[in-house]
Amino acid sequence: MKKILWFAALILPWFSSQGQAPANARIVNLSELTTIMSRTSGNILVINFWATWCAPCIQELPLLEEVNASSPDVDVILVSMDLDLDPNPQKVYRFVTRRQLRSQVLLLNEPDPNSWINRLEPSWSGALPATLVIHPRTGKRIFVEGQLEEGELDNMLARVRQ
Amino acid sequence: MTYMKKKLNLLLLATAIMPLVAFAPSPKGYEVGDTVQDFRLKNFDGKMVSLADYKDQKGVILIFDCNTCPYSKAYNDRIIALHQNYQSKGFPVVTINANDPRMSPGDSFEHMVQRAKSRNYTFPYLIDESQEVARAFGATNTPHVFLLAKSGNAFVVSYIGAIDNNPQQADAADKRYVEEAIEALLAGKAVPTKKTRAVGCGIKYRNA
Repeated sequence: MKKILWFAALILPWFSSQGQAPANARIVNLSELTTIMSRTSGNILVINFWATWCAPCIQELPLLEEVNASSPDVDVILVSMDLDLDPNPQKVYRFVTRRQLRSQVLLLNEPDPNSWINRLEPSWSGALPATLVIHPRTGKRIFVEGQLEEGELDNMLARVRQ
Repeated sequence: MTYMKKKLNLLLLATAIMPLVAFAPSPKGYEVGDTVQDFRLKNFDGKMVSLADYKDQKGVILIFDCNTCPYSKAYNDRIIALHQNYQSKGFPVVTINANDPRMSPGDSFEHMVQRAKSRNYTFPYLIDESQEVARAFGATNTPHVFLLAKSGNAFVVSYIGAIDNNPQQADAADKRYVEEAIEALLAGKAVPTKKTRAVGCGIKYRNA
């Protein structure tokens, strides 16, 4: 009996979908995300919409990670849209761990994107990647669709700080 | 100011303006209600296909699609089903791949041919090499549907957007936008939901 219990204790974590979440990644619903986005104090927010299957999204991650690490007045939040196609968060968790991503990663779990895409950003077509920079105190927002080019994010941050 | 200096100034001005023009954002594209210009693109079988070829149909389910996007893969069966269900009712499917193959090698013409043949496409899978048609429509993601309805001699946009509201599971989709729109058109009624948005892979446009 003891042997079976030990075996189970060792094996079970491999089957738990909650077990392997890295410290900086969690699942949120739309309401939790919009609450974060509408805060009126704290650091400038860089909200990046991405997915593990999106090649241009992955290409621009180092740029975003660099800003998160080097700018004390900026919080980068990587919002993964992976759950829209695959309900299992493990692929995202493994990606975050493997790539050693340090920015906060939020996995958006909210069905029927057409009902809320325009609440996040009215001009967004829904295509990935997309980046929204928000200044909490002034409410100034700058939004860009498509892969960020060299210097583009710095440009957006400079404009939102004005 | 001397003649030479004037010319030089003009040249400088032109050079200064050029990059602004070159990187100007693409036109917004068609909206619901717009009349669509004809186009002529190469099909996977090598033959040319025009919108005008469909003048005797009630409409066309035009879908900007591609090989590589996981959303396109998730919707592939549904796209094939749309053609099977609605071609006989006057609404055939036509798909267009506008992805730049240098940015997305899996979307080269050769790969398109492979996909169409392996899935036995009975509808066109056209390549938009210059990306002009995709830009004219304002297509942004894949798959991106532009439902066209025949009106006199022209094709008018009747619905723009997603196929349904559940990429993961076809039978869990409770809003089937394209089917709803076609049924409305066939019954002579107004299309209930005219435009929707979906998360998806951006079309790989080359910079102007």
